Amino acid sequence: MPIPLDYYLILSAALFTIGVVGVLIKRNPIVIFMCVELMLNAVNLTFVAFSRYHNDIGGQMMVIFVMAVAAAEVAVGLGILVSIFRNRASINVDEIDLMKG
Amino acid sequence: MTGQLLFFAFLAAVTIVCGIAMILADNPVRSALYLVLVLFSVALLFLTLHAVFIAAVQIIVYAGAIMVLFIFVIMLLNLGTPERIVDRLKPQQALGPVLGVVFVILLAFIISSLPTGRQQPLSNTLTGPYEIGMSLFTANWIFPFEIVSILLLVAAVGAVMLAKKRI
Repeated sequence: MPIPLDYYLILSAALFTIGVVGVLIKRNPIVIFMCVELMLNAVNLTFVAFSRYHNDIGGQMMVIFVMAVAAAEVAVGLGILVSIFRNRASINVDEIDLMKG
Repeated sequence: MTGQLLFFAFLAAVTIVCGIAMILADNPVRSALYLVLVLFSVALLFLTLHAVFIAAVQIIVYAGAIMVLFIFVIMLLNLGTPERIVDRLKPQQALGPVLGVVFVILLAFIISSLPTGRQQPLSNTLTGPYEIGMSLFTANWIFPFEIVSILLLVAAVGAVMLAKKRI
């Protein structure tokens, strides 16, 4: 008997929530980015699990696109971080409030 | 049968523990290393789902390229020292974990009550590069593939624009 689909779904829900809690409690933008990656990975796990249990390869296609978008997002995000650090010499997310009205 | 379940339980435990250790670590470098462990165990979970190609791509792209980028920026910005920022005591720091636990329990209840479909996989074939390639380059996915290539080009140009001192 194989592992039920629900186990994978619950595991990825837990991973996703760990990512959300990390975004809430961390103040270092790099660690916040890592938590976003964790959330994306949780969603990928869901996609692959559904893809296998419903025998539809579309889920795995979506995972490939999510990975490409994640790579693009990390490149742009870290570029923004480098330029913020160059201008302000501090990257605590609480101090970055330039656009606050 | 129980061997599969034991392996899954082991992988799930490693993933969850490393994820929690990642958000509890003070040092960003340690967080990054725990994240690598999480990514590796998710890759192994992909293998248990017979998604061979996705597991390989996960290790190459995530644990390879993206983590190198993270470590590189940590090194560049000299963020390796632990956070010594004294936070004003925010309600989210106390409330976040509690609400997270509540959220997970709710989600677990919802998932176990939903008709999520089959409890057995429909087929036992491996999804290797051949199947992925056939689906990606011949069927419905060729257009999104082209769009993603443009997106990656834009992201590369944008990252250089943002990080360069003088264009």
